[in-house]
Amino acid sequence: MWTAYNLVHSPATFFTIFLIGLQQGSVYALVALGYTLVYGILQLINFAHGDVFALTGLFASSLITNHFHLSETSSVISIVFGLLAVFLIAMAFGAIIDAGIEFVAYRRLRNAPRLAVLITAVGMSFIVQNISLVFFDVNFRSIPPLISEGDVFSIGGVGLNWQTLFVVAVTVPVLLILSWLVKSTRQGKAMRATAQDPEASAMMGINVNRTISFTFLLAGGLAGIGAVLFLVQFNIRYDTGFELGLIAFTAAVLGGIGNLYGAVLGALIIGMIQAMNEGPFLWAPGSDWTRSIVFGILIAILVFRPEGLLGERTPEGG
Amino acid sequence: MARRRDRARGAYRSYRAQAAERSGVNTLRGEWRKLPGPVRTFTPIVILLGIAIAYPFYLSSLPTGNVPLIYSFPSVRSAVTILVFTTMAVGLNVVVGYCGLLDLGYVAFYAIGAYTAGWLASGQFQQVNFHFGSVGVSRDARGIHISIWLVLIIAALLTAYGGVLIGLPTLRLRGDYLAIVTLGFGEIIPQFVRNADSLHGFDLTHGTFGISPIDSPGFGNRLHTSLGLPAAYSQEFTADRLFFWTALVLLLVTIFCCIRLRDSRLGRAWIAIREDETAAGAMGIPLMRTKTWAYAIGAFFGGAAGAFIASFNAGAFPSQFSFNISVFLLCMVILGGMGSIWGVVVAGVILSWLNVEGLANIGTWLNDNIFPQSHQIEVAKYQFGIYGIIIVLMMMFRPQGLIPEARRKREIEEGTRGALDEPLYEMRGADEPGAGERGAGGPIPRG
Repeated sequence: MWTAYNLVHSPATFFTIFLIGLQQGSVYALVALGYTLVYGILQLINFAHGDVFALTGLFASSLITNHFHLSETSSVISIVFGLLAVFLIAMAFGAIIDAGIEFVAYRRLRNAPRLAVLITAVGMSFIVQNISLVFFDVNFRSIPPLISEGDVFSIGGVGLNWQTLFVVAVTVPVLLILSWLVKSTRQGKAMRATAQDPEASAMMGINVNRTISFTFLLAGGLAGIGAVLFLVQFNIRYDTGFELGLIAFTAAVLGGIGNLYGAVLGALIIGMIQAMNEGPFLWAPGSDWTRSIVFGILIAILVFRPEGLLGERTPEGG
Repeated sequence: MARRRDRARGAYRSYRAQAAERSGVNTLRGEWRKLPGPVRTFTPIVILLGIAIAYPFYLSSLPTGNVPLIYSFPSVRSAVTILVFTTMAVGLNVVVGYCGLLDLGYVAFYAIGAYTAGWLASGQFQQVNFHFGSVGVSRDARGIHISIWLVLIIAALLTAYGGVLIGLPTLRLRGDYLAIVTLGFGEIIPQFVRNADSLHGFDLTHGTFGISPIDSPGFGNRLHTSLGLPAAYSQEFTADRLFFWTALVLLLVTIFCCIRLRDSRLGRAWIAIREDETAAGAMGIPLMRTKTWAYAIGAFFGGAAGAFIASFNAGAFPSQFSFNISVFLLCMVILGGMGSIWGVVVAGVILSWLNVEGLANIGTWLNDNIFPQSHQIEVAKYQFGIYGIIIVLMMMFRPQGLIPEARRKREIEEGTRGALDEPLYEMRGADEPGAGERGAGGPIPRG
């Protein structure tokens, strides 16, 4: 109702906000996928994931400013290749940290009570957050505006700016590759099998531990890409990851946890809601209330439809 | 198989104990065992209580400044905070430890309690002028001023009611989902108090500035003159001591209630749910009602403790209610041993001491004595990392806690099918009814 009213009231604002939502939703989607992949295979809420995201973002920021010396005055070619390299390094970094956490902490607790692992995840979240704090201090980090905020083109007062284009242009291929990886490769098949029944897959000769490690690598890599995309748009700090992680997790639950398409859908919806809430709409509650609204949605979803919008029964999006 | 092995191990242990006694090594222990049961139970409690009550008196004669490792003993003011947080941990223990419901948003109850105290015992609502038994406040002061003793109870009841409201829709969920929903409430309520400074122009919580000053407890002038009881704590010279003893009473009442509850019909129902929810339901325990009671009672103590600490700090501020507090309280319960009151008390005191001043003190001591001048460390900076490491190590090497409750320990060893104990691998579909009927979770073959 409210959305429709605003659409009629000022269509240009509505579509601008739609694009902002798409842009935010893309980053959430990449992080939410990390939660959902891990949950699908281990039924574990990896609380540390958001903090891995923040740590990777901080690492990437220092990479861009201190090592590659990229700035808005650099040539286009150096920006393109520099960012490509940053993406690859951030992916590898995030992947190694995430898989490292699994190796150090979760692997030993494979047969421990669920609560023990959940608590360990919270503990690891604190540790990773503290590592970020020690290496990158409490200040917000930002990078020079490598991608301009100018419009690519505009129709009827709605401008598609370069940042949105960039974020979407990175996210979509990544999601396609992920979908291919999970659906069509041998390793993806092993992941889906392990998610369905680890015992039976072990009997079928699947190396369960290696598959789980691979899942964490994948999740960390996605978080790495998400972190760089986030960095292009916003500032990042050691505790950015925790809140963003919670929102991304909400997105994963909204779509149906364990379901890859669900995570993307949920993330886009949450991104839209956030953009509408913070945008210049009539009677929008404003950014002070974003978290309350997101968590209100989370609670409502869990109470009324715990399986999420697309359902959780399909392991690993299969 | 595993059970038979455990029984064998138990028999071996008792054989060793008998051997030790026969050989006369433990004559003293033997004499101690001959004492009547109540004496054995209460002697250590009375001794500990004596040490605790007298703490403000002998604190000044304790060495300060260079005690090995801990640097100095906590001040009375810190001790109040320690006791209040321990009280909250004991309250949380009802929810998590007894009933096995993972609650990641206990801070919401703390916030409700603190803000109830703020509303009912401060000048927040300037529109009204209502006094009821308040002490140390001028008769003309505007706002609602109700005696803090009453406010403690009102806040506790209101928070319990809040617990029921949160619990009713959410307690149907199991395990992780419940944890996430409680986490959601734990995030929403602090944000609400932060933002509710102009709800249609009405200032409910005074936003980020919080509500301050909040009245302090006391016994009023009449009792002061006739019995010598303190009139109002904040006006007394020894305010911290009075708050300390009150906090101690609060903690003891909470512990007493929790012990009595544990042995009651309701408490046994909680433990049954913790051990196996499906079986408990089949035996006729009303699951929803029992769980809601656990929530309400856990919230009750959280609310009372929150109201008390608001009165002690003379204010309630939204920045006090972060997610970290929820995790921190949960850590006390886990470290102490879920369901074990004394374990939770010990872990609560240690962890809140570390939080209030312990870590900083240890850092100072290490810098003074171990590390050279050139390599000083800033322990406060690593605070949460250190908690994280404590949690992770504890989960890896002693998941049953410092002082595990005997029954809980057996549950872990035997691998009961309660919501908290299902191993990671057996969880798919745990949210459907009948999930507990899956086969026993043996170790997964590796590789």
